[in-house]
Amino acid sequence: MESSEDDGGEPLSRLAEWRDVTPLPQDDGPNPVAPIAYKEEFRETMDYFRAIYKADERSPRALRLTRRAIHLNPGNYTVWHFRRLVLEALNSDLDEELDFIQRIANSNSKNYQLWHHRRWVVERLGTNARAKELHLIKSILSLDAKNYHAWSHRQWVLQALGGWEDELDYCQQLLEEDIFNNSAWNQRYFVVTRSPFLGGLTAMRASEVRYTVEAILANPNNECPWRYLRGLYKDDIELLVNNHEISSVCLKVINTKSDYIFALKMLLDLVCYGFQPCQEFRDAVVALWNSDSHPLDPDLATAICGILEHVDSMRASYWIWRKNKLPVAA
Amino acid sequence: MEMESFSSLTVTERDQILVEQQVFNIFKTFYNIPPSSQSFMLELQRENHVEYLTNGLKQLGPSFCVLDANRPWICYWILHSIALMDEFVDPELEDNTIDFLSRCQDPNGGYGGGPGQMPHLATTMLQSIHLEKLYSFIRQMKYASGGFRMHDAGEIDVRACYTAISVASLLNILDDELVQNVGNYILSCQTYEGGISGEPGSEAHGGYTFCGLATMILINEVKRLDLSSLIDWVVFRQGVEGGFQGRTNKLVDGCYSFWQGGIFALLKRLNSTRGEKSIPLGDGEDSGPDSSETTASSDATGKGLIEDLSQGGSHIEKGDQHDTSSRVNSKRHAKVKPLFNSLALQQYILLCSQDLNGGLRDKPGKSRDHYHTCYCLSGLSVCQRSWLEDDDSPPLPCAVLGPYSNLLEPIHPLYNVVLDRYREAHEFFTGS
Repeated sequence: MESSEDDGGEPLSRLAEWRDVTPLPQDDGPNPVAPIAYKEEFRETMDYFRAIYKADERSPRALRLTRRAIHLNPGNYTVWHFRRLVLEALNSDLDEELDFIQRIANSNSKNYQLWHHRRWVVERLGTNARAKELHLIKSILSLDAKNYHAWSHRQWVLQALGGWEDELDYCQQLLEEDIFNNSAWNQRYFVVTRSPFLGGLTAMRASEVRYTVEAILANPNNECPWRYLRGLYKDDIELLVNNHEISSVCLKVINTKSDYIFALKMLLDLVCYGFQPCQEFRDAVVALWNSDSHPLDPDLATAICGILEHVDSMRASYWIWRKNKLPVAA
Repeated sequence: MEMESFSSLTVTERDQILVEQQVFNIFKTFYNIPPSSQSFMLELQRENHVEYLTNGLKQLGPSFCVLDANRPWICYWILHSIALMDEFVDPELEDNTIDFLSRCQDPNGGYGGGPGQMPHLATTMLQSIHLEKLYSFIRQMKYASGGFRMHDAGEIDVRACYTAISVASLLNILDDELVQNVGNYILSCQTYEGGISGEPGSEAHGGYTFCGLATMILINEVKRLDLSSLIDWVVFRQGVEGGFQGRTNKLVDGCYSFWQGGIFALLKRLNSTRGEKSIPLGDGEDSGPDSSETTASSDATGKGLIEDLSQGGSHIEKGDQHDTSSRVNSKRHAKVKPLFNSLALQQYILLCSQDLNGGLRDKPGKSRDHYHTCYCLSGLSVCQRSWLEDDDSPPLPCAVLGPYSNLLEPIHPLYNVVLDRYREAHEFFTGS
């Protein structure tokens, strides 16, 4: 199939099998806007494509033509759409189609059409395609571990065809390589909350909190684990407020007096949600402030906002706004 | 940084450091030159931008073959950028554009990415004439889950929801059938981080957060979102460079000046879309002598915050919202304070995203393109008016970084079209 689909890039007008087709030029009107100086190969291929598309010819040569057109512009959704119609009509081997997609993906992996097409193919191949597909996505993520389309596709494969068993390990591996990779954190959250094998958030929470707290202590300026931690308590704020581990990681980081912005922010949220901080927390926060001319507010939440306003000056107006939203101290 | 410690860093850290070095070098140069040269560096090079844009409408090189299915978008990026600078294309080119776009319309409604291409929601967003056929096209793209497909059997995501709903809203053909379940779909895409993803389960992303929030506002269901976590997420997307990143721990990119910056413009005018007053996002200093009382009714647990946002703040006692709103409105004229750092973003756009020869770009070291030109300029317009409650009054000079001649036309943030053009279209389609 691979060789029979390949016509060597020879101009179509010189190929015998296209002799019966009259190319259909683009109807750009007399005064085209944003006209593109098409390369000759591009113009010719698209002229033949328009003719075949208009005649709705679902033939092997039409399939080869779409392949040529996709190579020239993988963003043309009309060509992809027509290719699916042809693949269906010819009952083509979809395993080979996957190989074709993979080659395009290796050079052009940020294209909606390609990934949509891939979903269509895998859907038809079913669970047999699962292992290979998850493997191929890995190879794309090994080049760009934050590729949005690749991650969306991976989530779709897991949900449609399964393969959850090794996914937490995969997230673990990616986070070991780059603990700042938020896509890997997001995938971890996806697996923990949706895998049919892990028992959901309730079953996983304690061990996930441990893992996340460790990640925070290793890099307190890494936003990902802080947000992940909040995510673990998305529907149960009370548990978050009452978990000693959470408040104590804030305290630990604040006491180091460096990279403490996210720790202060978490403490602020905890206090807003009803956490009753003991003197130790107050002392730690006060110790961050060394300006005698501007004394800190006695209310802890107000004091935290005041500190953040200064140390996180990019977000100064946000912290002022947060300060004005605080519940009035009793 | 020494090579040894550099190699021990992760990919994210290394990429970030390289960008910071480039950006900070530019800032260092800027702060070390005399004020007169500084003012030149901050100047929006209008003439060069217009020339770059106009040339694109006339002719695009062979490298644009890969954008052949996006020509209506290229037209939008260029024409919107030109409109933002209050410049005009000559009438002939304008007529040609209308003629070209009409050739992209499919006989069955909807617009394609070029003459003879399938109708697609994203290109349909750009223009429309046959309303009944168009409605039926949008209706056909609707999916039972509440989402929309981008084209016949195409992908379903938040972007498709936004394009479908915004076109229908602009053309005044939005009805209950189109709206049904859309809110549920968007809601299922708000992630644990606070932002919105393209599909349920994916990562929070600036483009989708803009599309999702705008959609929820258009269908009047914005209160269902967790706005406090959304705001908390988006303020943290502004990085040390002053520009925005699209996702947590990704690199800054000029186009998010609009996708993320525009979110603040949406929040600011949440209520004004329903003909009521805007949301006061002002701080205590700006919001008048009674600001201490404003905090009394909010419990800061999220619920209270949403109430504050959507009811115009707790200035207003429950029950007499309408009586006081006009008073509060006039008192607060030109006095809201943006929740993001507007001047830092303007500095990033002008110093780091601007190609002095015309066009704007993602970041230093990247080449200009029409997409980034459009969204950097749109973001700049949002910044310049981020202190204003009312887009019809001109901003104070201190709100506009660089010479006041940098001031761009105001946009309607729900649709990202220049406000005057929006009003013309709105009058036309509502018949008012």
